[in-house]
Amino acid sequence: MAQQKLVIIGAGMAAGRLLEHLFKVDPAAYEVTLFNAEPRGTYNRIMLSPVLSGEKSYGEIVTHDDAWYAENKVACRFGERVVDIDRDRKVVIGEKGEVAYDRLVIATGSNPFIIPLPGHDLPGVLAYRDADDTDAMIAACEPGARAVVIGGGLLGLEAAAGLRLRGMDVTVLHLAPTLMERQLDPSAGYLLEKELSTRGIDIRTGVNSKEIFGDGKVEGVRLDDGTEIPASLVVMAVGIRPNVAVGKQAGLDVGRGIKVDARMQTSDPAISSIGECVEFEGNCYGLVAPLFEQAKICAQALTGDTEPAFIHTETATKLKVTGVDLYSAGDFADGEDRDEVVFRDPARGIYKRLVLKDGCLIGAVLYGETSDGAWFFDKIKTGEPIADDERATLIFGQSYAGGTPLDPMAAVAALPDEAEICGCNGVSKGQILTAIDENGLADLEGVRACTKASSSCGTCTGLVESLLAYKLGDAFVAPAKKTVCGCTDLGHDDVRRLILSQELKSIPAVMQELGWKTSCGCAKCRPALNYYLLAAWPGEYTDDGQSRFINERVHANIQKDGTYSVVPRAWGGVTSADELRAIADVVDKFKIPTVKYTGGQRIDMLGVKKEDLPAVWADLNAAGMVSGHAYGKSLRTVKTCVGSDWCRVGTQDSTGLGIKLEKLMWGSWTPHKVKLAVSGCPRNCAEATCKDIGVVCVDSGYEIHFAGAAGMEVRATDLLTKVTTEDEAIEMCTAILQLYRERGFYLERIYKWSARVGIDKVREQIVEDAENRAALVERFRYSQQFSQSDPWAERATGGTDAHEFQPLELAK
Amino acid sequence: MTTETWIDLCGLADIPLRGARRVKLDEDEIAIFRTASNTIYAINNRCPHKGGPLSEGIVHDTGVTCPLHALIIDLETGQARGADTGCVRTYPVEVRENQRVFLKASAG
Repeated sequence: MAQQKLVIIGAGMAAGRLLEHLFKVDPAAYEVTLFNAEPRGTYNRIMLSPVLSGEKSYGEIVTHDDAWYAENKVACRFGERVVDIDRDRKVVIGEKGEVAYDRLVIATGSNPFIIPLPGHDLPGVLAYRDADDTDAMIAACEPGARAVVIGGGLLGLEAAAGLRLRGMDVTVLHLAPTLMERQLDPSAGYLLEKELSTRGIDIRTGVNSKEIFGDGKVEGVRLDDGTEIPASLVVMAVGIRPNVAVGKQAGLDVGRGIKVDARMQTSDPAISSIGECVEFEGNCYGLVAPLFEQAKICAQALTGDTEPAFIHTETATKLKVTGVDLYSAGDFADGEDRDEVVFRDPARGIYKRLVLKDGCLIGAVLYGETSDGAWFFDKIKTGEPIADDERATLIFGQSYAGGTPLDPMAAVAALPDEAEICGCNGVSKGQILTAIDENGLADLEGVRACTKASSSCGTCTGLVESLLAYKLGDAFVAPAKKTVCGCTDLGHDDVRRLILSQELKSIPAVMQELGWKTSCGCAKCRPALNYYLLAAWPGEYTDDGQSRFINERVHANIQKDGTYSVVPRAWGGVTSADELRAIADVVDKFKIPTVKYTGGQRIDMLGVKKEDLPAVWADLNAAGMVSGHAYGKSLRTVKTCVGSDWCRVGTQDSTGLGIKLEKLMWGSWTPHKVKLAVSGCPRNCAEATCKDIGVVCVDSGYEIHFAGAAGMEVRATDLLTKVTTEDEAIEMCTAILQLYRERGFYLERIYKWSARVGIDKVREQIVEDAENRAALVERFRYSQQFSQSDPWAERATGGTDAHEFQPLELAK
Repeated sequence: MTTETWIDLCGLADIPLRGARRVKLDEDEIAIFRTASNTIYAINNRCPHKGGPLSEGIVHDTGVTCPLHALIIDLETGQARGADTGCVRTYPVEVRENQRVFLKASAG
């Protein structure tokens, strides 16, 4: 019988593996012709990154050379494109002529996806896919020259690291807020960004490229916020698409990829397809392991063994940047039916997260220490149930598997005296025990004061408490601490202190460095962290809208039916005919059902549809009104009486002082809402003595009150002090507000904060310490320059958060 | 007869990470969520408790906290978490290669 003719289109890694299997099973089965559009045979495409970085040469990554093809009698048609397939005549039509086939394998791989930005076709814009792209990038490298990589996924980061190693200044632009968001959770993405930044790669996440500019060749990239980044090389690495062109033209069944069955057969029984161009049960593949599996099954089918079937399995990802250890596998999204086990070692930059479902491991993300990756991956693939005792030590990996979990007391007892407990301050177990003995310490604060242990990052606090319990026995009672929420063992005060001392400037940074037990927090801790970061790093921290309650995210108050209420600011409770007319017009125009006065002397428009909010704000803005922040943990209102301008018993200009205070303080975010009032005489018509901060004017000056409440609790204010001038009154009020902003716990009103720390402490820092008072005022004024931009105007005409207000429209 | 169709809703990037968009489909409003780990879910946009718009809630892991009374609804199952009870309808969604989000709707 004459030898059958096999034609393969594409000589990528899958085709190379197919030939190896085929020749092993039956070297004489087929006369093989191999087409490849690239002018070369098979090489290890996934090792292009080390070639780019200069750690390997191209020669080292060739897997099939000319001699191998000659030895196996493969007719190579490299550098020749396939123009068409004539399925009736069973011939493949190449650029240089036809080849007949009995069996055909399409292995055309994938094409890089090029975003059609203006300028994407300028010389100097490259994809990163094959050896030619790599050569072109190497040729463009000059030390000190600048490159921009668009895409912070696997390929983009490998390209960036390679270019950096060749001496380029590299900027990575990434649309999502964290790197490699498809393979990594935000915590691991944060660690990766930190590591790459220390290597001198400029990472910009959450940015959108608008155009590539240049005259005749690339000169840079412009972002949609107008920022320009100069570059002589732009690499686009935003993803790949199955290359289905030839299969589609031949009339095969094609979806995202060329559709195949479990034997890799296409809709034409004489034609198979393998590799990245394939779609199997709705899945396309871009990582090498399943492609090799496909190659093996295809080779078996071609030699008559149709028993083996391809089964979709999870794949694992490893980043090939020298020195970055990163591994992810399986499904690591969280969910109620899933448990997660998280291990963080902030000092060593290690993060491990395992996701379990129904008692089985289904996903793993490892950063910094990946040696157990394969072991975890194996457990994911086999789906074997994890026994309870095994689970206790699972995260420590293979070497601890099944070991006895230690009780914390036994664990600290077993430590040698020289074992380091506090890594930050280099304090050993022996030193702590000695300090407890010699100084008669009985609590955590004592150990902190004497040894510094647990006083910096705080992650060894549990260990120190175990040591106290071990040494003192029942005499030590660990303080019952109110934690921020179930995501952490730390209390609000610890979190605030550590954000400052460790200079933590993002939510993922806080969660990583402070050992958060969940991967992305909850509805309790996220708003708190967002506030603490805003208060700690004014001008530096970028507000995270998705960590805010809806009212603060859309700058209006949600009502029971999902509509919103809108309260414009009326400085000191004063309005005008023009403002009232504009409000009346808005009410008519948008058919707003209810208008009423609030307890804080403002006008509230209730029942506004969410879609109408920007237009309502635009009209109010046009009449000079801005957001009243009636929805925020922020300065709400300053209520006033008419004071000495009109009132026959008024002692000072209470209205004027109220307006000054409101103009100074509006826009500031606070732990909870803050309401002020200024009364012009002791008759107290503005009810200043049940406000968070209240001023009562008297003949001789101003009484400064604080810590009142008139809600679930009713509480008269405490008198903080009395001053003689209006400027002093403003200074005192500002200092109280700033001290509360810096020390209050999230959702703790001023009266609760004051009760917790003690009114004397507050008086000490504000009234008695003039220097401290001035510093508080200065910090408040500094912070205000970043917060006094009207959020309504930003959204009404500035385009901020446009997606919030528009429901998705379905295309007809 | 019931017919099922996949509807092209929007691009993946149109939904903020840890956020949601809403879409009207006949009489129902559906909330489309995108979690921190970039998974897409679709559920009916009415909290089983008092009808709160779930699309406006804070998204954490695969749950959303209702903006009205803080029930936590699991996006995968549509069930209220913890001691609360109630359930909302979930809809099949998928993100295709071109980064478009599709929702499976049945009618008839």
